[in-house]
Amino acid sequence: MYAQEVKSTGKGVLSLEEMDPVERAFQEKVNAGVKIEPKDWMPEGYRKTLIRQISQHAHSEIVGQLPEGNWITRAPTLERKAILIAKVQDEAGHGLYLYCAAETLGVSRDQMTEQLLSGKAKYSSIFNYPTLTWADIGAIGWLVDGAAIMNQVPLQRCSFGPYSRAMIRVCKEESFHQRQGYDIMMKLCAGTLDQKAMAQDALDRWWWPSLMMFGPSDAQSVHSAQSLAWKIKQDTNDELRQKFVDQTVPQAKYLGLSVPDPDLKWNEEKGGHDFGEVDWEEFFQVVSGNGPCNADRMAARRKAWSDGEWFRDALMAHAEKHSADKVAAE
Amino acid sequence: MADNPTVEFALRMGDNCLVLGQNVSAWCGHAPVLEEDIALANVALDLIGQTRMWLGLAGELEGKGRSADDLAFLRDVREFRNCLLVEQPNSDFGQTLMRQFLFDAWHHPMLKMLSGAADARVAEIAEKSVKEAAYHLDRSTDLIIRLGDGSDESHHRMQGALDRLWRYSGELMAADAIDEAVVGPGLGDIEAQYKDYTSKVFGEATLTIPEAAFMQKGGKVGLHTEALGHMLADMQFLQRSYPGAQW
Repeated sequence: MYAQEVKSTGKGVLSLEEMDPVERAFQEKVNAGVKIEPKDWMPEGYRKTLIRQISQHAHSEIVGQLPEGNWITRAPTLERKAILIAKVQDEAGHGLYLYCAAETLGVSRDQMTEQLLSGKAKYSSIFNYPTLTWADIGAIGWLVDGAAIMNQVPLQRCSFGPYSRAMIRVCKEESFHQRQGYDIMMKLCAGTLDQKAMAQDALDRWWWPSLMMFGPSDAQSVHSAQSLAWKIKQDTNDELRQKFVDQTVPQAKYLGLSVPDPDLKWNEEKGGHDFGEVDWEEFFQVVSGNGPCNADRMAARRKAWSDGEWFRDALMAHAEKHSADKVAAE
Repeated sequence: MADNPTVEFALRMGDNCLVLGQNVSAWCGHAPVLEEDIALANVALDLIGQTRMWLGLAGELEGKGRSADDLAFLRDVREFRNCLLVEQPNSDFGQTLMRQFLFDAWHHPMLKMLSGAADARVAEIAEKSVKEAAYHLDRSTDLIIRLGDGSDESHHRMQGALDRLWRYSGELMAADAIDEAVVGPGLGDIEAQYKDYTSKVFGEATLTIPEAAFMQKGGKVGLHTEALGHMLADMQFLQRSYPGAQW
């Protein structure tokens, strides 16, 4: 997930006949399902699109630590605390593999961090919403990780080898995350009236932002076609959103919660749910920096980075001193 | 608090792990570099896992039907038995690491000794925990050396952290009848090992142990610093706000 607004070169998709021989050979490899590896030739647009997509994904994992981290110190039991720490740790780990995957394309982690902190690089809009109650930790696991899995399962088949392999590992962990979220929701829904109200309130607040995670509607998404041709993407945003709604609605029903969409109904003919329109104005506002927590999230990341500068510098200073010692000894 | 010294002792061990784990876990997402986010989460996870074992044992031996969660989330400040060191606030990353090192340098030999304790339950928990504590000590030792002997700024920060936190190290070794009853006669060895080890590491880190420090104590008998009450207010919020609810 986590890469909602990936702008590719926008040249439009060329047919095989229109391509020069090198690009054509590349496209034929992609079409045949052969993975592209870092040292292989690739079109500049492919490289740039992947760098943007993988780094947005990595940044989302990093910023994504914050809303859930907000509840680590207040988790209600020792077991819940341990599970939440492990989950947030997994997210940091995902960030790490994804930065490594992006580095194979010729960009450094420091450069990517700089792009995040300067506001140039984006991360998923979902993490700009606040976690107000413990039920939000359940809702994030259930809905946000659920949406992430929906997006990431097809990415395991992405044409770029390192991204595809990173996704295989990430998806395994995400499905554990989703189960833990749903487990929190089940416990709340089987609990006191206050707990059930907390669960409903969390669903009310996280439902629409979760649908936004799939990105703009296909009609508005100008870059989908090229990414599909390159097999960076396998399904359109709307297809994934539909799948997510169809999967999630019965889960809400099982919990005894109602999905906050008056237009939601089963459509027998299409074999899926009809549902209301996402508020795209809200989405674009959040993506462009005006969500409820954008400023706080960025401030937290900048603070971590600037407060940690002395630590990073000191480790370098120590290494330099001691490599000088070694040289002197030799 | 209880007639059985093992109850009190398990509370001390468990509360140390809980309070330190809680403090360390607050770094998630805020550490100076991604690898540190991951490593600190590991340390916090180990400590919370150890908490569950120690407090579980304390609750069981106490025989009042209190679970590890009841002990963690429903006791007030005066009933906590952790040492003062672990409740000192995170402050900057240097203070966090110094607090960890001063604790690990005691925790590891203590668990090693407890692995041979007469009480089989205590020995079993210690044996499970000692490998984790060895890793914590390796990690904090390495960082103390590199940061102490790093840049001018890091040296200055680490010396400041040692000056501030050293006064809480004495309590770790100040054994009373409860410690003696559970640990046995080897307690003096732990103190000797602690002194040797910390002197060696601080020497390599080019840091100086403050000579005239007055050692603070009180945590083991429930006399804490002000920081602990704030930590509990945060940690116990849900359990206190929704009494009796299951999570």
